[in-house]
Amino acid sequence: MIIPDDLLYTESHEWIKREGDNIRVGITDHAQSELTDVVYVELPKIDRQANAKEPIAVVESVKAASDIYAPVKGTVVEVNKSLEADPGLINREPYAQGWIFVLKIENPDDLKNLKDASAYKKQIG
Amino acid sequence: MPVQYTSIVEEHQTVRNNVGIFDISHMGQLIAAVTPSSQKVGGEGAAAIWLNHMLTNNVEKLIVGMGQYTFLLNDRGGIIDDLIVYRVDGQKFLLVVNAARAEEDFAWLQTHLKQEHSQDRPGDGPETAACCSLTSRSANSGAVAIQGPRALELFRALFGNVTELPERNQIIDVSFDKTNVSVARTGYTGEDGIEVFFGANYAVKFWDAALEKGKSLGIKPCGLGARDTLRLEMCYPLNGSDLSPERNPIEAGLGFFVDLTKSGFIGRDALWKTKESGPREKLVPFRMKEKGPPPRPHYAVFHNCERIGEVTSGTLSPSLNWGIGMAYVSSAHAKIGTEIEIEIRGQKFAATIEKKPLYRKPAS
Repeated sequence: MIIPDDLLYTESHEWIKREGDNIRVGITDHAQSELTDVVYVELPKIDRQANAKEPIAVVESVKAASDIYAPVKGTVVEVNKSLEADPGLINREPYAQGWIFVLKIENPDDLKNLKDASAYKKQIG
Repeated sequence: MPVQYTSIVEEHQTVRNNVGIFDISHMGQLIAAVTPSSQKVGGEGAAAIWLNHMLTNNVEKLIVGMGQYTFLLNDRGGIIDDLIVYRVDGQKFLLVVNAARAEEDFAWLQTHLKQEHSQDRPGDGPETAACCSLTSRSANSGAVAIQGPRALELFRALFGNVTELPERNQIIDVSFDKTNVSVARTGYTGEDGIEVFFGANYAVKFWDAALEKGKSLGIKPCGLGARDTLRLEMCYPLNGSDLSPERNPIEAGLGFFVDLTKSGFIGRDALWKTKESGPREKLVPFRMKEKGPPPRPHYAVFHNCERIGEVTSGTLSPSLNWGIGMAYVSSAHAKIGTEIEIEIRGQKFAATIEKKPLYRKPAS
């Protein structure tokens, strides 16, 4: 299972990449392998504001629909439109072309509540 | 059986294209038989007579070695379970039932066996139930389903060319590794295939042998997820989702497996009423009109802004790469071709009521 050291993580299996005032968010390799066969992604609307832990996207596999949460408070500034045509990107490249949305964050201090790679590694055992 | 071994889609395609093996040891196996003492006093037909009182299809139509799909109903005609009953010999029947309902089935059947034992039932022959015994062999039995276009090649690889294939719905005894296993030509996938029943202590041995001999055929172990997508493409109902004690076989569109002409069976009066007045709701297959989120159980169904029912099964069909499902909708809107809408997270998506099955194998 790949867990890049330079990313942050949530308990609900999102990864977070800091890009200045923004964060890029996707789901982890572990999450995609548990879901398998992602067949549909419901993206959030641009400009949507969300609180931490608020569900703002949905990833559907053949098995089930799973909510994706905003890791911290922020506003959606970008979404990955290529997932609409090719949701399998989440399975094939969870940390690259399979990203889901970008949030402009309100307070960089909020990121301190997230897990680092070693804490996430411990969580998934 | 896990939900998946590798991937639902991969396992699904394996069954459609080659051959897959499912561990179905969790399914219940009940034996209804004539007690030995009764056989001597002319009670040979007792098990068949009693089962015909308990089940909807006509057991008398089964010659030795054949099985049929049938229902166990409550007094209101609601479905306790759907199952396959095999006549394994003149006086003995095997009932293969759903795992989640096995205990309830057994208790229901056992209660009636006792009740009928204590009553003199006019019209059912001389105390027929008194001559029958019911046992469960679920705990000490294992079973696998081997399904797919190459399943019969695997049958020959496992049992040799000398063993004749059972016919559709037939069950035969075959020797395997110094024991006898039962092989039925049945399944839940829409593909040709077999289901094999053996003693629990042979389960690992049989599973390993099938995987080994099936290797060159592209065999893969398959889980509950693929079992569900395969059966849903064929519109085979799943008990607990599409069938329940609140639904009867007429509403579920499965009246074919109910013989209303045979003399009294449990639930018959209620089914007659439904048949005469027409069911209020019907179980119908549907297909989404556009690519989008797959339908799921409990989503609401609409027709011209009016709520007409609820989805009971739904998924993305791996064969069609398209959203499909089944729903109970009011009978007025249950015709094939009716345009409906499925509400998914507050948004409505167009779908069409289709004919069964939702997937047909391309002519090869």
